[in-house]
Amino acid sequence: MEFLYVLMPISGVTIFWPGLIILGLGVGIIGGFFGMGGAWMITPGLNILGFPMAFAIGTDIAHMAGKSLVSTMRHGKFGNVDYRLGVIMIVGTVVGFEVGAQMIMWLERIGKVDLYVRWMYVCLLSLIAWTVFHDINKRKQKDREAKAAGKEVDKLATGIEWHKTIHKLRIPPMVNLKVSGFIVSIWVPILLSFLTGWLAGILGIGGGLIRMPMLIYLMGCPTHIAVGTDLFEVMISGLYGAGTYTYKGRTELVAAMIMLVGASIGAQVGTVATKYIKGYGIRIAFGIAVMGCNISVIMKLIPRYVEGTKAITDMLSTILILGLVSLLSLYIFVRMVQGARAEVAQKKGRA
Amino acid sequence: MNRLFTLAVMALAMLPQIAFAAADKSPPIVIVADTRKFTGWEAWFTNLYNESHIYFALLTVAVIPIVGVLLGMMADVVMSRIGIDLKSRDLAEH
Repeated sequence: MEFLYVLMPISGVTIFWPGLIILGLGVGIIGGFFGMGGAWMITPGLNILGFPMAFAIGTDIAHMAGKSLVSTMRHGKFGNVDYRLGVIMIVGTVVGFEVGAQMIMWLERIGKVDLYVRWMYVCLLSLIAWTVFHDINKRKQKDREAKAAGKEVDKLATGIEWHKTIHKLRIPPMVNLKVSGFIVSIWVPILLSFLTGWLAGILGIGGGLIRMPMLIYLMGCPTHIAVGTDLFEVMISGLYGAGTYTYKGRTELVAAMIMLVGASIGAQVGTVATKYIKGYGIRIAFGIAVMGCNISVIMKLIPRYVEGTKAITDMLSTILILGLVSLLSLYIFVRMVQGARAEVAQKKGRA
Repeated sequence: MNRLFTLAVMALAMLPQIAFAAADKSPPIVIVADTRKFTGWEAWFTNLYNESHIYFALLTVAVIPIVGVLLGMMADVVMSRIGIDLKSRDLAEH
């Protein structure tokens, strides 16, 4: 069975390559569906496959850039990418990320930064999860009230409407985001992308997990546009990250390529699945993913307060994340197959 | 919009400088790939890594999108055989 293992040229370790393809496939499906890179899901998977941690982040980011490119291409064809918004946000994201990264280095000199960052991550993920489910509840409430009055809620109605208040900010120049469907002050996407980039820089993550809810709840983008535009951002930041991490000698390009084989198929599946699932369906699944990520971070925090629990919490965290990846990707795959079958049957019926 | 585009291009052009500025000031750990285990393209690949991280980074940044586009196009061909519409989305919901 030697052919199932490949020697990595840079790190010198032997890796079970079908494992890399399966991992890429699962994360590709989820990434294409939610519009995020999914570094928090990949790292434990690479760890299990015996990948050296020194190369995990760089390899992950390199494959993420390619995977997001595949998803962006497909989302672009569906009209889900607001390129104008994406380009405006690049400036804020990059500057914000670097300010965050510089700040974290300054904080490292003070000490205990890792603990504070993890707690900040927990608070942020809790806030995002609360926002998602609060929005879903409010939307359901609107549905119930409308039904009771014998009416139907507008398809474009949302639960939370914070974006409407933000859109009232009329500081010139204004920019018409036709794909997203609103006119907004250019400073709004710049400031919001700076904020999300800054948070991503501090937390040491790609930022898709933060940017996607920001695009929905603060910018007011429809869910599908938020997913597509976020992937465009992940693609740009992923290429930038791949360049910098490789320059530091921390990327195993061969592993990234193998993962990309699975991820390119997964990204197509995840992206096409968004065609058959309503915006609020995507939001619910996203909320579940955020909660899973949050629990895994909390598990990493437990050993700091309860001695002798590191081994068990590490194992539980890995099981949770990989279980979540498997379940979510399976759910998305099944919904994609069901949707495709229904569409093909409908086409045949018409013919 | 043109001014905005110029700004975006400038930001992208400045990325390496920003990246170097953000780099850790502590002495970096040097990883050396063992070239003795490889022949052919793999030997060339590991040598490139050992000799210049800049060229290796440039190769990575060039290879990733090319392979991404190729694999994406191949997956496109497979998906188009299913018989579904891959160019539009009917669902119009927030």
